[in-house]
Amino acid sequence: MSKAMTLLAVVLVSGGWAQSVMAADPQYARSLAATCFTCHGTEGRSVNGVPPSLAGQNKDYMLKQMLEFRDGKRPATIMHQHAKGYTNDQLELIAGYFASLTPGRATPAPAAR
Amino acid sequence: MTVSRREFMKWASASAGMTAVAGCATGGSGSAGRVVVVGGGYGGATAAKYVKMWAPDIDVTLVEPNQHFISCPISNLVLGGNAQMGDITFSYDGLRQRGIRVIRDSAVAIDAAQRQVRLAGGETLAYDRAIMSPGIEFMFDQIPALKSADAQNRILHAWKAGAQTVALRKQLESMRDGGVYVLQIPLAPYRCPPGPYERVCQVADYFKKAKPKSKIIVLDSNPDIISKKGLFLAAWNGMYKGMIDYRPNSEIADVDVKGMTVKLQFDNVKGDVLNVVPAQRAADIAVKSGLITANNRWCGIDWTTCESTAVKGVHVLGDSTLSAPAMPKSGSMANQHAKVCAAAVVAMLKGQPVNADTMMMNTCYSFVSGDSAMHVASVHRYDPAQKTIAPVKGSGGISSAASSAEAAYAWGWARNIWADALV
Repeated sequence: MSKAMTLLAVVLVSGGWAQSVMAADPQYARSLAATCFTCHGTEGRSVNGVPPSLAGQNKDYMLKQMLEFRDGKRPATIMHQHAKGYTNDQLELIAGYFASLTPGRATPAPAAR
Repeated sequence: MTVSRREFMKWASASAGMTAVAGCATGGSGSAGRVVVVGGGYGGATAAKYVKMWAPDIDVTLVEPNQHFISCPISNLVLGGNAQMGDITFSYDGLRQRGIRVIRDSAVAIDAAQRQVRLAGGETLAYDRAIMSPGIEFMFDQIPALKSADAQNRILHAWKAGAQTVALRKQLESMRDGGVYVLQIPLAPYRCPPGPYERVCQVADYFKKAKPKSKIIVLDSNPDIISKKGLFLAAWNGMYKGMIDYRPNSEIADVDVKGMTVKLQFDNVKGDVLNVVPAQRAADIAVKSGLITANNRWCGIDWTTCESTAVKGVHVLGDSTLSAPAMPKSGSMANQHAKVCAAAVVAMLKGQPVNADTMMMNTCYSFVSGDSAMHVASVHRYDPAQKTIAPVKGSGGISSAASSAEAAYAWGWARNIWADALV
């Protein structure tokens, strides 16, 4: 039995996560979208709407915007440079993640001292 | 979706590690493990928040010596009089409200074998995963006259926002009109590559308004402006024309504190305000914990998990890491490290697969005045062949020009990244 198979057997006995192995990381879309949170707010809920909130955005609309940024069809200061860093599949996962969220309330600013 | 053998092995070994971890966890009942975060800056505060947000059943403790979070980004605007300390100073209460234990103390030792962090106040914290985001320490030993605390209080760096920011602003306010401000920049890599050049703009903006006869001498140890060169030169040769004397290849040898002079190898430069930013390395706790792997300065990490390459079970984030190719030491990057690390730590503690396709993004704005800013951006993806994270070809870039529109985006970036770390 190969080393990998031995490990697989151990994993199957201890956790039964074979399906997880096949599905890879179930949080992959979340990890991709989290790269956007820095500017667009945690879970895409922007502090004061600049840059815009993404939570609850329509998936097809958002994907179209990112592709247009990437291809230079929609003018931007910075988004064309970011959009070029992701594959089509990644952009679709990101759009799908934000579409799955409820818009919710804006993220409050942190408390002053 | 298929999983490569390499990815499977990585996941399986992480899971095996998790089994051992769960066996020794003694957190509260129902706890999925204990995470101790050392350092509450851009990296550590964000990591603590995201571990708790993505796994509320993990006990998270954040150790930070300062009472408040004070942001380095935007602190140059305080020097220029375009922002106040209150604009960049925030409470850690938002993290407490999330159920994170925030301890105001310093870590003095990590015992990786016992999985314990010892604090200066005497408390010992047990962990299943430790996250170190200790920031930088200045290499004062390279500038002989700056070894004393007295000298350090007179020749300021203001490269950690806080008391030094306030003190340098006071020095600039006290300077006579017609005086000379000298900024000495260390060799890269250092915290915030465009930061020194932004500072030159902010001081020039202040001088132009308040002390128009004053001059700025920039002593750059580097052979050229290392970030947003064309954009900074446009400001220096435009709105600040005649105010800035930029001198590349100007490595510091020493300072004469009484004579207010920066000593270079073949030249002495006198000023009314000297602002010397020393070379930097990972903070002392990283040295004491055996996390330094490169040039006696930086901590090597696995870019899919941010786990130290030297000490198992300990993750390292932010400016103290050995930066990957073309990755700046920035608040944005520390924020992105934190989320990659938090996702990996949660997955490891819960026996879930760890993402091997790490993506990170950088966005750094610089203000050339009070109401005009520009950016540099990049996107980075893990390269399994090179075992590092590298810029995605064709992505990223800089502004076409500084603008007021980008100043609004820069403030939007700041407000969102602060909330992303602290709320």
